[in-house]
Amino acid sequence: MDITNYVVLAAVLFAIGATTVLLRRNAIVVFMGVELMLNATNLAFVTFARMHGDVTGQVLAFFVMVVAAAEVVVGLAIIVTIFRTRRSASVDDVNLLKG
Amino acid sequence: MTPAGLEISGGETVLFWVIAPLMVLAALGLLFVKRAVHAAMCLVFVMVSMAILYIAQEAPFLGVVQVVVYTGAVMMLFLFVLMLVGVDASDSLTETIRGQRWTGLLIGIGLAVILGGVVGQAAFPPARGLEGGDPDGVANPQALARVLFGDYVLAMEAVGVLLVTAAVGALVLTHRRRLTPKQTQESVADKRIKALPDGVVLTPLPPPGVYARSNAMDTPALGPDGEQVPQSVSRVLRIRGQERPAPEGPAVVVSTSSTPETERDA
Repeated sequence: MDITNYVVLAAVLFAIGATTVLLRRNAIVVFMGVELMLNATNLAFVTFARMHGDVTGQVLAFFVMVVAAAEVVVGLAIIVTIFRTRRSASVDDVNLLKG
Repeated sequence: MTPAGLEISGGETVLFWVIAPLMVLAALGLLFVKRAVHAAMCLVFVMVSMAILYIAQEAPFLGVVQVVVYTGAVMMLFLFVLMLVGVDASDSLTETIRGQRWTGLLIGIGLAVILGGVVGQAAFPPARGLEGGDPDGVANPQALARVLFGDYVLAMEAVGVLLVTAAVGALVLTHRRRLTPKQTQESVADKRIKALPDGVVLTPLPPPGVYARSNAMDTPALGPDGEQVPQSVSRVLRIRGQERPAPEGPAVVVSTSSTPETERDA
């Protein structure tokens, strides 16, 4: 098996995550799509680290994980706040800024 | 091991071909599943499989962190918020932007094609494997820590600040200002005293069932003056009309089996 199969898998998962972000309406599921994209990039990082024999890729994947955790905390807090005021978690309902 | 090349073992090949299709299926579930909880379960599956792939790819530390951080913390946070928002919060099917679904699908497929093309066209160097590249011959947390706290120590500090900021930000965002003053035991007692002229009883209500014959809950108690105390029967039973009248006479009835008039009234 070629090691590039991992990269292909990461690309497929990234594309699925991006499509989820574009198509789903529920803000929480959209957020899960973002998480899937981050995970796919992590897989690519780890694969490249192994390919080049350099641990730096794994370190970067670690940073991605930490930043993703912080992002999830703030994002979910925003969703909870929106749900409290609007009683809805659909991204289409948040159009108050529309003229 | 010399940096001659990386041999991927047959076991890893089998592992990849077993896990990768399942991962893609679960990820597609994220796209097609109706309810958000099922989507979360699909994502949990993808993340656990991802941890297995990390461990297979000489990154045991990242595999453990993946399980702890993603499936342990992030996905549980997702599930908590789902429970907070309401589990059956399903998607609305009306399109607010016309043609958004097809456009989104087109963009997604286009992205997949572009990514596939890039990966297919790129010339990757022959894989070396981590054991060949590292001077210590290890690809374990120690080698990782050496890079993390050596070259990237500033980024590490920044990430620490980011985590603290995120925690404080989440606290601020979800904090709710109290609209009414907090109820203390003292305020409750004051309120009761104030309602005294309206016929509110301060003391606990008298318990029912002095004449325990069948089920004393439905028999009102008798006061010291021999009168029935209607409040002694549960309000629910009174509203349903299921209370029994207390037997006639003084409160010193001895024979508990000779009151046929209260035997059957429901």
